[in-house]
Amino acid sequence: MKNNNSTAAAKKNNAASSAHVHEPLFHVVKRDTIPIWKSMLIRVIAVAAALFICSLLSMILIKANPIEFLETLVDATLGSTRRLWKFSKDAAVLLCIALAITPAFKMRFWNIGAEGQVLIGALASVACAFYLGNTMSNAALLVIMFFAAVLAGAIWGGIPAVFKAKWGTNETLFTLMMNYAASGIVAYFLVKWTPSGSSVLGELKTGHLPQIIHPYFLIILAVIVITFLVFIYQNFTKQGYELSVVGESENTARYIGINVKKVIIRTMLISGAICGIAGFLIVAGLDHSITETTVGGRGFTAIMVSWLAKFNPLVMILTAAFVTFLDQGASQISTAFNIDSSFPDMVVGIVLFFIIGCEFFINYKLKFRSMTKKEVK
Amino acid sequence: MNVFIDYLLTAVPLGMTFLYGCVGEILTEKAGHLNLGIPGIMCIGGASGCLALSCLNGLGLPAFLVVIIALIAAFAGGMVMGAVYCFLTVTLKSNQNVTGLAMTTFGVGTTKFIMSGLAENGGMGYLYARDFFRYPFAESTTSLKLCGVMVYLAVVIALAASFVLSRTRVGLHLRAVGENPATADAVGINVTKYKYVATCIGSGIAALGGLFYIMDYSGSYEAYKSIEALGWLSVALVIFTLWRPHISILGSVAFGILYLAGSRLPTLLGIQFDMSMTPLLQLLPYIVTIIVLIVTSVRNKRENQPPASLGLPYFREER
Repeated sequence: MKNNNSTAAAKKNNAASSAHVHEPLFHVVKRDTIPIWKSMLIRVIAVAAALFICSLLSMILIKANPIEFLETLVDATLGSTRRLWKFSKDAAVLLCIALAITPAFKMRFWNIGAEGQVLIGALASVACAFYLGNTMSNAALLVIMFFAAVLAGAIWGGIPAVFKAKWGTNETLFTLMMNYAASGIVAYFLVKWTPSGSSVLGELKTGHLPQIIHPYFLIILAVIVITFLVFIYQNFTKQGYELSVVGESENTARYIGINVKKVIIRTMLISGAICGIAGFLIVAGLDHSITETTVGGRGFTAIMVSWLAKFNPLVMILTAAFVTFLDQGASQISTAFNIDSSFPDMVVGIVLFFIIGCEFFINYKLKFRSMTKKEVK
Repeated sequence: MNVFIDYLLTAVPLGMTFLYGCVGEILTEKAGHLNLGIPGIMCIGGASGCLALSCLNGLGLPAFLVVIIALIAAFAGGMVMGAVYCFLTVTLKSNQNVTGLAMTTFGVGTTKFIMSGLAENGGMGYLYARDFFRYPFAESTTSLKLCGVMVYLAVVIALAASFVLSRTRVGLHLRAVGENPATADAVGINVTKYKYVATCIGSGIAALGGLFYIMDYSGSYEAYKSIEALGWLSVALVIFTLWRPHISILGSVAFGILYLAGSRLPTLLGIQFDMSMTPLLQLLPYIVTIIVLIVTSVRNKRENQPPASLGLPYFREER
């Protein structure tokens, strides 16, 4: 309401003095609300514009015509059952990491350390399988691996949270540094575990997730379950409410008696724990091994996925699928047209710029000079 | 002793890579913008510099001209990236963290694309200019050869940035914009202009770091692959040095020393470490950064705090 009043006042002023004062071509006004169809339309236009730019780019770089570009893009994910499974698996893993960081982000805790939290969870899983592999049944081992990963991820996420809660230590850089710490520790163990010092750990013989229907099926199912759990946690529990209040305004939270420090630490423990689960899924279900690049930047991509979905777990299914679709499509293009494998990063980057930029048109609107004058008359 | 001097002579140039990134990021943060795109921007700087160099290959231009053109190209590449970042975060008021991360994804990807493109099309020749960048010590057979022109340029830029920030009216205005844009706006400072100029120049400076790392410090075709990790350390260095460019000269040298500790300490101390210790020793700069982060936040002194409006978009009609 305040906004409306002030703009109305501004209009009157403008009308009174328009003869003397130079009026800008347009000015920016904050929107109160926007119908969903309109905001979706803006996003679709942004994505379409981005894809247009990308296909232009591919036309210049690899002399592929835009239709060919789009065809390859779609074909990469929907072309065959095998590709579809791979697509679903990649999307599921990305979604899992995105879900993990979502509670933290909703609390405005800029956890860019998912990379490290997933990696340390994966390391804990591998360590269990490495040391305990032959001493127990596969089922028991899987359970131990799972809890080790959850614990490791929670600790890795909890450390920055404790310092943030107690002293307000900058969490963005703290979690970032923890990523490097995690990859250093992985490097250390890889040297230790490989007798020749080659640092290449072969495939573990034990601790594989059972295969039902399809090798990837169980992972996808697990992630769907996690999606709903996170959705329920955020929207229908007291803790979920508390973390969103802390995110909106710490002062309000303190005023209504929420223990802000406790909420920060608790949320990051949960966030780290889900990252740990993602690490466990990667190790037990997919890689059965570990390298320093096991996570491969997905910890950062997940931030985009989570943010694009406005921290809504159900919408995140779509955004994770969309980002994976772009990534997989663009890498297909880079193989098909024999160009460097970095092409997907460029495409994803450009599309993200457009989507990030289009948020402006959802939150604000432009008022043009001629429009304002008419309204005043 | 010789080992120690050699260590130092390698650490100082490496530190200059951090210094470029750090000074660039300080300028940006003083305008109230946390630019997490710095790693990507540094990569782009390296790529556009090398692109320019391979275009100049064989034209027979004098050495200093080649260096200057490459510097301008790198600076321009960084400024373009900075302008995109500014357009998104200042004009379109988007989230700075997300925009920055997208810049890094894009920058690193594009750099890899350009550099591997250069390699494929026979444009790899850019390293011919390595000796130009290492002037006046290009002939040296020791690590002294790494102390080329851009090392001094980095120090000059850092000192200049420090002077501008703390001793001039422009610097005062810039700090005002970063602390409280609404107040700055009220006293008639053009907030948008300051944010744009500071961020673009900052990005340009950071971009020089990428070029420096490829052409002087590393001097190899694979160098561009390690710039991203160095860029993240530069961002951390900003906090380490408490947003002061002149302190960051010392800070970046310290980071250089720490970064190399993993490979240099064993020989320096004459101890034979277990091979598995190397990755742990390489963690030193990160662990020190974490400790500094914690110490500065625990001490919580007013003058050591980040700019008050860091990370927040400014919209004039909001209150």
